[in-house]
Amino acid sequence: MSNAVISRTYSTSQLGALFALRVLIGWHFLYEGLVKVWNPNWSARGYLADSAGWFAGMFSSMAANPGLMNVLDFLNMWGLVLVGLGLLLGGLTRWAAISGMLLLAMYYLSHPPLIGVQYALPSEGSYLWVNKNLIEAVALLVILLFPTSHLWGLDRFFTSRKAA
Amino acid sequence: MSDSHTTGNNSGFGRRELLKGLAGLPLLGLFGAGAWAKSAADADKQEQILRELNIEAQVPPLPDMSGDPLRIGIVGFGIRGEQLLRALGFATNEWKTSMAEAAAANKNDTRLATFQEQVRDSNLNIRITGVCDVFDVHANRAMEAGTADGKAPQRFRTFEDMIASPEIDAVVIATPDHWHAPMAIAAANAGKHVYVEKCMTHKVGETIALREAVKQSGIVFQVGHQHRQTQSFLTAMDAIRKNVLGHVSLIQTNTNRNDDNGAWQYDIHQDASPQTIDWQQFLGNAPEVSFNAEHFFRWRKWWPYGSGLSGDLLTHDYDRINCLLQMGIPDSVMASGGVYTHRDGREVPDVFQVIMEFPNYTTGTSQEQGKEQGLTFMYSSTLGNQYNRGTLLMGHDATMELGNTLFIYPDARSTRYKNMLEEGLLTPDNPIYAYNPASSKGGDAITSPTAAYFANKGLLYTYRDGKRIDSTHLHMREWLAGIRQNKPELVSCGIEEGFQEAMAAHMATISYRLGKRIEWDKTNERLSNVTEEELRSINMA
Repeated sequence: MSNAVISRTYSTSQLGALFALRVLIGWHFLYEGLVKVWNPNWSARGYLADSAGWFAGMFSSMAANPGLMNVLDFLNMWGLVLVGLGLLLGGLTRWAAISGMLLLAMYYLSHPPLIGVQYALPSEGSYLWVNKNLIEAVALLVILLFPTSHLWGLDRFFTSRKAA
Repeated sequence: MSDSHTTGNNSGFGRRELLKGLAGLPLLGLFGAGAWAKSAADADKQEQILRELNIEAQVPPLPDMSGDPLRIGIVGFGIRGEQLLRALGFATNEWKTSMAEAAAANKNDTRLATFQEQVRDSNLNIRITGVCDVFDVHANRAMEAGTADGKAPQRFRTFEDMIASPEIDAVVIATPDHWHAPMAIAAANAGKHVYVEKCMTHKVGETIALREAVKQSGIVFQVGHQHRQTQSFLTAMDAIRKNVLGHVSLIQTNTNRNDDNGAWQYDIHQDASPQTIDWQQFLGNAPEVSFNAEHFFRWRKWWPYGSGLSGDLLTHDYDRINCLLQMGIPDSVMASGGVYTHRDGREVPDVFQVIMEFPNYTTGTSQEQGKEQGLTFMYSSTLGNQYNRGTLLMGHDATMELGNTLFIYPDARSTRYKNMLEEGLLTPDNPIYAYNPASSKGGDAITSPTAAYFANKGLLYTYRDGKRIDSTHLHMREWLAGIRQNKPELVSCGIEEGFQEAMAAHMATISYRLGKRIEWDKTNERLSNVTEEELRSINMA
């Protein structure tokens, strides 16, 4: 962690707000992951097959490859669980935030809310270009740039106290 | 800022330190408790419904195909004949080239890959040794497709020559309907196994004669209703067996097509002429007319060779339901319709409605005995609109919507699910069971609304262990397995099922053509209110 970041000073309420953002996103990831781990029939196949936008071809060909889907399903569900644990407990939070952003970017790119595009699964809200995946990804960027885990989290035990 | 936090401010590794480091832990505990409670609640609900329904599909094991290769002859290499040969693993070069081009243009087009995978995985162990088609172009294409290891199948000029050949063990019949029974009877009498397309027969008398011939011969006989292999149907069968729907009083099936190809306006080949087509042989038992390419390629439009919607599409819908309910031949049939969308001189109706009555049939009941009995099967079709109307089995306790996917919705006034509806475990607008191969790895009960939406996209193939498979291939494989094991009972659409399908369809055709309700005498197995003269007047005796 760079000194510029580590030496940042937060008020208690600022720290509290950032901590809340971190653990809530962690909670969301962890539960999304566990739901998939618990369902032996879960697969992202249908979701990917329904892709649209710039990378629709790539996502559809992933869906058409059963061997690759097994790997992707495994990586996705356990990726969600690990990112969730990392954010919630504040361990390896930097990596959790980066990985989480990558996952969210994939979800966004496979189902971008473009004009004139309709998906088999209707969204629960109304979106134009910006959707909750994109917002959550940017929220993780905030968590990456305004870390709290070295203060309130497991990372505290591993952060050099000479840093400041 | 007095009230500030940095790592640098911390000193020592005391209790305060530990608490800050483990700040997320109580939340994880809360999460664990919440997730546990949610999971237990979901599992409890799922288990209650599963205990109530207990639905499962029964998938037959892959048959053993070892031994000498079976020698197959194909009669008729038109549109369907070509598809059947492909399902057996033999495709024309033209098809392979066009599929390779389609795959290159669109990565999602996996038809060629699916075909190749099927050939590789199933190893049917057959050879195509004979080809018979009265049109030279079709016969040559069939010979090219059937060529393996540099050896082309022999072309037989007549069907009689083919079944007389010692080089033929079994025949696939994909001719116009009026040839099905004469050929199948001759093949059965010669001890050759038969796979015949629907409609199994074209007339009443030959339907009875064919059943007799097949029973006497002991051959393995299969009618081409490949949907019997569809996984969702196997699942639906189990649901019916467990009386999930309660008493079914009405079944709605439909055909909606809105294009010329769907109305049998098939291409007329440029090389078609009296020189390239053996016209007399094509006519067979049909009334004498001079060479007519329209009759030859678009035979489904004319009574002497086919029966339009009745033999082509009603048969599929009837058999779909008969395979689930085994309700057999209806007590009575009424049909009505007309030529309303394709007034091109055709004889068969293009808008056609059929009502079949089964007054003594019941799928079971959840109410007091004797209250419910009897079922109406309704087939409704038009060739001038392709709005998708689902196949519905409407029972007192639930409604089943059937396709390549399968949904079962509880009825708001169900007796069986009364308590579960009251407790909110079930709601009428959420399926209590959804089989949806496209979005999950297999069948699962209580799929999410997500899965339901994907399912509605519909796919034409069936799935086995998550793999997409051509159901015609499975149907023909089942027939070949029956031959290998010398077990005529192994096929799912044998002579009894074919007899019921053909007779039910004929009753609809006769009703339309004679303009009256047609009744079936179950005891004596004959049409009770139609005379021989009446049948002869429409060439259906």
